[in-house]
Amino acid sequence: MCTVCGCGTSSVEGDTAHDHDHAHDHEHPHDHQHHHHHYHHHHDHEHEAHEHADAHSADAASIDFGAGAAGVHVAGLSQERILRIERDILGKNNDYAARNRARFARSRSFALNFVSSPGSGKTSLLVRAISDLRGRFPIAVIEGDQQTSNDAERIRGAGAPAVQINTGKGCHLDAHMVGHSLEKLKLEPGGLLFIENVGNLVCPAAFDLGEAHKVVVLSVTEGEDKPLKYPEMFAVSDLMLINKADLLPHLDFDVSQCIANALRINPDLQTLLVSAKTGEGLPAFYAWLEGRAARWARANAPTAVAE
Amino acid sequence: MHEMALTESLVELIEDEGRKQGFSRVRVVRLEIGALGGVDGEAIRFCFEAVARGTLVEGAAIDIRVAPGEGWCLDCAKTIEMYERFGACPECGRHHVQVAAGDDLRLKELEVE
Repeated sequence: MCTVCGCGTSSVEGDTAHDHDHAHDHEHPHDHQHHHHHYHHHHDHEHEAHEHADAHSADAASIDFGAGAAGVHVAGLSQERILRIERDILGKNNDYAARNRARFARSRSFALNFVSSPGSGKTSLLVRAISDLRGRFPIAVIEGDQQTSNDAERIRGAGAPAVQINTGKGCHLDAHMVGHSLEKLKLEPGGLLFIENVGNLVCPAAFDLGEAHKVVVLSVTEGEDKPLKYPEMFAVSDLMLINKADLLPHLDFDVSQCIANALRINPDLQTLLVSAKTGEGLPAFYAWLEGRAARWARANAPTAVAE
Repeated sequence: MHEMALTESLVELIEDEGRKQGFSRVRVVRLEIGALGGVDGEAIRFCFEAVARGTLVEGAAIDIRVAPGEGWCLDCAKTIEMYERFGACPECGRHHVQVAAGDDLRLKELEVE
C-alpha cells in the first residue's frame, strides 16, 4: 500500500525481517476511530449559526465547534487555524536519497539509475556491461521490478552480486527501498552500483534514489517521439542510450530526429547509440561511465564529504 | 504519474504535522503544483479521497494552485514563464530555454481545527 516508504507491498528479495521497523507511520486506524466518535456525538447542535466556517467542508453537519483545544466556541471567533507548512511532498524521499548519496560517497561507489519503458533492454545492457567491465570495476546491481527475481538471476549469472526489489503494486523504486537493499549488498570501494528501475517511462523520473546520474534507455523499436511524449524522464536524465541499434536497418526509426526531440527537452542530455546485442557503441558508453565516475570520485573525495 | 504515492506522502506529512502541532482535523489542504512537474491535480484529488479515509484529513477540501514554471531564455537573456517543459519562449518563439523552476509539489497551508 505505502509505495513511498516501501512498506506493505514491496519486498527485498530474501528479506524475512523486513516489516519490523515500519509500524511507526501507521497509527491512523486509531485516529480514525477516535475522530469518528468525537464528531458524531455532537453532530447536530449549533448548526445554523456557523455556516461561515463550513464553506470548505463537505460534511458540515458533523463539525463540532466546541471540540477544539479551547473547548468552547465564541461567536465570530473560529477555532480553526491556518498553518503555513511549506513542505515539499517529495521531501521524505529526498531525505532518504540524501542518506543513500552519503552512503555511496562513504563507500566510494558510483551509482547509476537506469530508467526506461519495459522491454527497452536495460537488463541485457547491464549483463553486457558487467561482463565487459568487471575486470576493471567491482560491480553490484539493484534490480527493481513489480514481480519476479528473473532479472537479478540474470545479473548474478553474469557474475555480479544483485539484490532484487519487488515493488508489488509500486510503479517505481524510491530511495527508502534502495536504502534497505543496500543493507544486503556489499559495496566495494571504487566500485559501480547499477540500479535498474522499474520499467516505466513516467514515475521513476520523480524519485531521486541518491544516484550520481540517471541514464535513460530508449530502444529503436519505441519511436523517436518518446522524448516528447514522456518529457519528464528525459529532463532528469544525463545520458540517453538509444539501444537495439542492430535493428535499425529493419525500422523507420530516425535517430537524429530522436536526438533532436530529446535535446528540446533537455539541452544538456548526452546521447549514445548502442546495441547490447552486438556491442556497437558500448565502448563510448564505458568511456562516458569512466569519465563521470572519475569526476564524481574527485567531487566526493573523503575531505569533501560532509557527513 | 504516481499520484497515489505522492498523495500517500502528502497525508503522511499532514499526520506528522498534526502530531507536532496538535490538531485533530483538517478542513482545507492547500497545495501548489509546479506547471512543469508532471503531477496532475485532478489525479491527486481522486487519490486523496481514498488515501485520506480514516485519517485526520478525511473530508478535507483540496485547494490546488498551479504555479507557472520559470525558464531562462538564452536568446532573450531573460527569465520567462513556462507552462510546458518543452515550451518555446513566449517572446522570441525559440526553444533555447532552460527550465529554472516549476517542478515542485508543495504543501503550502492547512486550515485546521
